[in-house]
Amino acid sequence: MAATTETVEQVRAVTEQKYKYGFTTDIESDVAPKGLNEDTVRFISAKKEEPEWLLEWRLKAFRVWQEMEEPRHWAKLSYPPIDYQDAHYYAAPKMKDRPKSLDEVDPELLKTYEKLGIPLREQEILAGVEGAEGKSPAIAVDAVFDSVSVATTFKAKLEEMGIIFCSISEAVHKCPELVQKYLGSVVPYTDNFYATLNCAVFTDGSFVYIPKGVRCPMELSTYFRINQANTGQFERTLIIADEGSYVSYLEGCTAPQRDENQLHAAVVELVALDDAQIKYSTVQNWYPGNAEGVGGIYNFVTKRGACRGRNSKISWTQVETGSAITWKYPSCILQGDNSVGEFYSVAITNNFQQADTGTKMIHIGKNTRSTIVSKGISAGRAQQTYRGLVKILPKAEGARNHTQCDSLLIGDQCGAHTVPYIENRNRTARVEHEATTAKISEDQLFYCRQRGLSEEDAVSLIVNGFCKEVLKELPMEFAVEAQKLVGISLEGSVG
Amino acid sequence: MIEIKNLHATVDGKEILKGIDLTINPGEVHAIMGPNGSGKSTLSYVLAGRDGYEITEGSVSFCGKDLLEMEPEERAAAGLFLAFQYPVEIPGVANTTFLKSALNAIRKQRGEPELDAMQFLKLVREKTKALSMTDEMLKRAVNVGFSGGEKKRNETLQMAVLQPKFAILDETDSGLDIDALKIVAEGVNALRSPERSMLVITHYQRLLDYIVPDHVHVLAFGKIQRSGGKELALELEKNGYAEFGVNEAA
Repeated sequence: MAATTETVEQVRAVTEQKYKYGFTTDIESDVAPKGLNEDTVRFISAKKEEPEWLLEWRLKAFRVWQEMEEPRHWAKLSYPPIDYQDAHYYAAPKMKDRPKSLDEVDPELLKTYEKLGIPLREQEILAGVEGAEGKSPAIAVDAVFDSVSVATTFKAKLEEMGIIFCSISEAVHKCPELVQKYLGSVVPYTDNFYATLNCAVFTDGSFVYIPKGVRCPMELSTYFRINQANTGQFERTLIIADEGSYVSYLEGCTAPQRDENQLHAAVVELVALDDAQIKYSTVQNWYPGNAEGVGGIYNFVTKRGACRGRNSKISWTQVETGSAITWKYPSCILQGDNSVGEFYSVAITNNFQQADTGTKMIHIGKNTRSTIVSKGISAGRAQQTYRGLVKILPKAEGARNHTQCDSLLIGDQCGAHTVPYIENRNRTARVEHEATTAKISEDQLFYCRQRGLSEEDAVSLIVNGFCKEVLKELPMEFAVEAQKLVGISLEGSVG
Repeated sequence: MIEIKNLHATVDGKEILKGIDLTINPGEVHAIMGPNGSGKSTLSYVLAGRDGYEITEGSVSFCGKDLLEMEPEERAAAGLFLAFQYPVEIPGVANTTFLKSALNAIRKQRGEPELDAMQFLKLVREKTKALSMTDEMLKRAVNVGFSGGEKKRNETLQMAVLQPKFAILDETDSGLDIDALKIVAEGVNALRSPERSMLVITHYQRLLDYIVPDHVHVLAFGKIQRSGGKELALELEKNGYAEFGVNEAA
């Protein structure tokens, strides 16, 4: 059998059973009626007992959104029209009140996170840490289930240091002045179709505030889970790192295996003030659809960080293996002098997955620097595009950018495309772009197999080598997971 | 150890091996010499199980098993090792990671416990020293930026770590200067044992000064034309392959 035919066959055989997060939790939910209008927006706001200003902001966004056109032309993605009226915009597990402690959380939910490998019980985590020879620090987790945050761990411990880590709904009540000051300050409510939709109907997400001079002692993490059928997930994350502070934040995502496509349109805003650093890592493993391209998450996400202060730094690291469609460009606005933006990305598309992803680095301040390392792996019939903008504004004296874009193809029915945009308006700036495209060669595969590795292990090893520069940027706890995920996502895709 | 009977193989419909018969007993070192295009490399690839070769006739039995039925990785686990003429580069994968994955994959297939990081490091350091390789070479990506000599030493290191029953050395001397050749040959000789067989494939006699074979075979036009002792190699060195109807000058 020709290698390519074999590839397609194997991919078919293997993929469906490989998504081990495809289960559904049977839990009673509070669901908004299907459809989207001003009442839906009011319903969500009322559910969250939001202040008037926030409802007004949502409604403004909704009105703008109604006039907006879905961006269907510039991205290299093809999918049937989305009926925005045919989805629920709010789904929450039924709870009397938001649980005050983990003991009050529905055991079904705790079980779900356990199954996903996300530890929500602080005591166990603490015990685990003591046993682990002190090498891995604890991770504080905010768990978002459909539209609401169900639990946040280590809150008390973090509060002692003045760190606020809670769901954004909670933050709206707890520190409204911070939320009001920064919400929409990086991604305005008029930004783009999906972000504007998010402003109108966002349900939950995480909020982080790190006070001046504080180095957050543990990884903060949000775990997003879509459970309810026919539900969109619109989470909103806001992270503020005050002067001289540091935080490393991780997010992970999964969803049950379903035949219909589900919409996920998140917004993440990061703000770094003088000398502050934010490291934001994502392992995205939403359900990618089956081998025939049925089902899977539509992932339309707007992520943007503002390096507002001098010497501030924002670093995005993403490992994107899931979703039927990924539309995502985590960006940095380098406003403060000497600020630094980084984007490290591994995107893997298999079967019929499509990804149009990349970054934007907007250099405004003097001596701003940015680094982009993008590794795209395409297998099966997947199509993948790197799309990146490097923009140097006139006042960005001495700005520097280095972009490296590598694509790896497995089989001969997939595609990789690189679309870099460079706009330079300053003579002293230096912008570099390197790009390569390669295939996993028969030679490499045979060499590995001759040494005893199975075909799948060989692919996993070669691809992990290809992605190494990016994977090493992930926090330790995630790196191992990500390496395995890389292997699993490509199982059976040998060509 | 290995018994090849009337082996015919084609590539893209063209017959390259036209009936090879060869038996190698445990502990023996056989050399196959032959001009370019005689089918030497094809034979090594067919034995190792590379895709793209069609076996049209014949059989190969390896330690009592039908070798041709096995996947390449199963052959590796059964103890077959091919030292490549052109070792392949794998960017981003550290030499140690590669070796450890390979060793543990083989151990797993054999139902043996996998080695942990410490056990493996101890083993590999020992072997590295014997081949005058540095720890630095272990950290570098597999064969990336290696000189010709380093690549061949690396193949020998892999052989030393994986401890095969039967090793095929495909043109191990190509691209080596005399000093590198001596180091590699020493490494190979150190692995000679009554339980281990080797098949040394080479164009030139030079290598056989350092790895002295028990038997020499001349391969031309897809068939073994003549077999003899180590003196056959010297004779070929003197007279070339003309006797077999090969005009090397052409």
